[in-house]
Amino acid sequence: MKNTLRYTTVGLAGAVTMAFAFSAQAVELGVVSWGGAYTASQLKAYHQPYMKANSDVTLNSIDYSGGLAEVRAQSEAGNVTWDLVDVVVSDAIRGCDEGLFMEIDHDEMLAKAPDGTPPSKDFLEGTLSDCFIPQIIYSTAFAYRTDAFKGEQPKTMADVFNLEKFPGKRTLQRAPINNLEWALIADGVPAKDVYEVLDTPEGVDRAFAKLDTIKDEVIWWTEGAVPAQLLADGEVVFGTGYNGRLFSAIEEEKQPLAIIWDGQVLDIDGWAIPSGGKHKDEVLEFVKFATDTQRLADQAKYISYGPARNSSLPLVGKHAELGIDMAPHMPTKYADQGFLTDFQWWADNRDELNERFEAWLQQ
Amino acid sequence: MAEATLDQGDLMRTADGTPLKISIARAMRRNKLKALALIAPLFVFILFSFLIPIIDMSLRSVDNSVIPDVLPNTVAALADWDGEGLPPEEAFAALAADMKAGRESRDIGKVATRLNYELSGMRGTVMGTARRIASVDEGPYQEALIKANKDWSDPATWKLLKRLSSPYTMGYYLNAVDMRFDVDGNIEAQPDFRQIYVDLFLRTFWMSILITGLTILLGYPIAHLMATLPLRYSNLLMILVLLPFWTSLLVRTTAWIVMLQSEGVLNDLLVWVGVFSDDARPQLVYNKIGTIVAMTHILLPFMVLPLYSVMKTIPPSYMRAARSLGANQFTAFVRIYMPQTLSGIGAGSILVFILAIGYYITPALVGGTSGTLISNQIAYHMQQSLNWGLAAALGVILLATVIALYFLYNRIVGVDKMKLG
Repeated sequence: MKNTLRYTTVGLAGAVTMAFAFSAQAVELGVVSWGGAYTASQLKAYHQPYMKANSDVTLNSIDYSGGLAEVRAQSEAGNVTWDLVDVVVSDAIRGCDEGLFMEIDHDEMLAKAPDGTPPSKDFLEGTLSDCFIPQIIYSTAFAYRTDAFKGEQPKTMADVFNLEKFPGKRTLQRAPINNLEWALIADGVPAKDVYEVLDTPEGVDRAFAKLDTIKDEVIWWTEGAVPAQLLADGEVVFGTGYNGRLFSAIEEEKQPLAIIWDGQVLDIDGWAIPSGGKHKDEVLEFVKFATDTQRLADQAKYISYGPARNSSLPLVGKHAELGIDMAPHMPTKYADQGFLTDFQWWADNRDELNERFEAWLQQ
Repeated sequence: MAEATLDQGDLMRTADGTPLKISIARAMRRNKLKALALIAPLFVFILFSFLIPIIDMSLRSVDNSVIPDVLPNTVAALADWDGEGLPPEEAFAALAADMKAGRESRDIGKVATRLNYELSGMRGTVMGTARRIASVDEGPYQEALIKANKDWSDPATWKLLKRLSSPYTMGYYLNAVDMRFDVDGNIEAQPDFRQIYVDLFLRTFWMSILITGLTILLGYPIAHLMATLPLRYSNLLMILVLLPFWTSLLVRTTAWIVMLQSEGVLNDLLVWVGVFSDDARPQLVYNKIGTIVAMTHILLPFMVLPLYSVMKTIPPSYMRAARSLGANQFTAFVRIYMPQTLSGIGAGSILVFILAIGYYITPALVGGTSGTLISNQIAYHMQQSLNWGLAAALGVILLATVIALYFLYNRIVGVDKMKLG
């Protein structure tokens, strides 16, 4: 018995040494993303082709649930093990301010468009920021159950807030972001003026007053998978959700749902490189590949998020498994019906408005 | 040997001649060292995985070092300022210099974030000013800073900076109890529409107490049955208690959503039986009811198991003796049986209560707005807002309350009477 134990230990030690010896030759990069269908689309469009072409690089996919807590903890401990993180743009800006992410020279470090347009011109306007490499445009929009209402169907944000015409429960995200904008739009503020109005105390009061009108009929969600579930179960008749999740509920699970593109809030998701990582050059090499025109267009084969490059838009084809044309499902196609979220404004006001929102919920 | 001992008079010696006292002491020391070596791994583990992180985290609740560290010149220049009107030109020059250095070292964002906790909008003010002042090489800096952002012409902004000059702050604790400093540094209540934490603390406590009470109510009969039924039945009951205990927390929580939601199993049943009409289904989840039901179920084993282990040790002859002395079943139960189970109730209650008070994922999933607890706000500030100072302050308050309650419990019931098995 004792001998068995000893041999096992020796054997294990040997295996560990070998593993280290191998990893010394090949580079392993920790690539962090949101998990689920989204990570799956990245694996197919970016990771697998890259590892095929570069056999010395191994990309380890790690899941997380957003936020900068881990990145900050690693940075403070001085042991950065995440080489690349998929973040929403507001977190990228916050992390950039705090020095958690490396600054990016987009024209220097990223691939040009096939026709030679530099990245700073090719990425959609307003999407670039200091530490952030845009990847996809997603949107948060309302969906409704198509079997809930007889006759006229809801089409606008005002309809969503109209309990008399369209009664029933709604599910909204438990956060002030987006909800305040929608309340103002439903109250008659044009989408382009929303942040101007929100920047005044009266504007914020007005938004909360409008939210008050539907408060009793709202179930608040915090996890991204919940709204599609509530809609599918018939718990609610309206729900906000990320358009990719809504797409898979409609097209893959065949739920009786439809998206209201009016008032959709466009947001950007992309890569940020934690500063202090050990494999800076290798990571940049991968990012350059993963955000080139073709790769961004490829990702749309697997999930209905729009590519962040203008040059990728015409290359978007059909869904890899469903075979349906993806172009009509890109939120960017309906960009004129919605608006781009103002991350700088939210970075300034998020803390205060969150407290106010929570207090409002408890009233 | 015997002669040697006699020769030395009163000193007892071992075989090799060392005095017995020393020899025993040596053996004892060896044993003590062995014992220490045995617990050393555990001690080191607890130190590094538990004590140091907790202490480190709680220190953040008063830490304000970022302002003196990144803006040292400004802090020095403001030290003599009396707070009347605008500070002198030196302060403006110092701030401009600090901002340039901070932008270079990429630390200015930390200042911006810190100031934004105190006053919304300061983040934009600081970042914008730092960007614009970078190209200004000579004074007067007062004009240049005010041109970069008009907030610097407001004495309130400077008072805020002066107030935050110290490396320590009570600001996070004030925030955690819905208070704040006003412009002049006096403590005042937050405006109504920003008061959330005190209510959440109170709710967390009363819901935890309620859940503890419910687990006693539900767990006591089960534990009693398990302790008194014949082995083959009690084993079955034990499995029924343990199976959910071994099931993933998330699975159990989600199962409760399926059970309780308005198109769910329970509601369908109630409508079918005719208790409610189809269009007046009660809301049983995404509110307090959801949290209480799901958490009571999830925490029930922590009450049943200590109760069971205590009840198992109570000889049935005591009850029979009470009956034979004339007590009826009820009196015998209340006066003889129950007092003997108090230690189990105590152990179970403290386990359930302390677990409930820090519960996080279940309330987040089934709590809606009225059923979430303070831990959900702590998680929000850890993960989303990155306001670790506030998260730490909320956590320290929670920890201190739990410790205080534990001592109170020790005073009233006595921890030595607690029995876990």
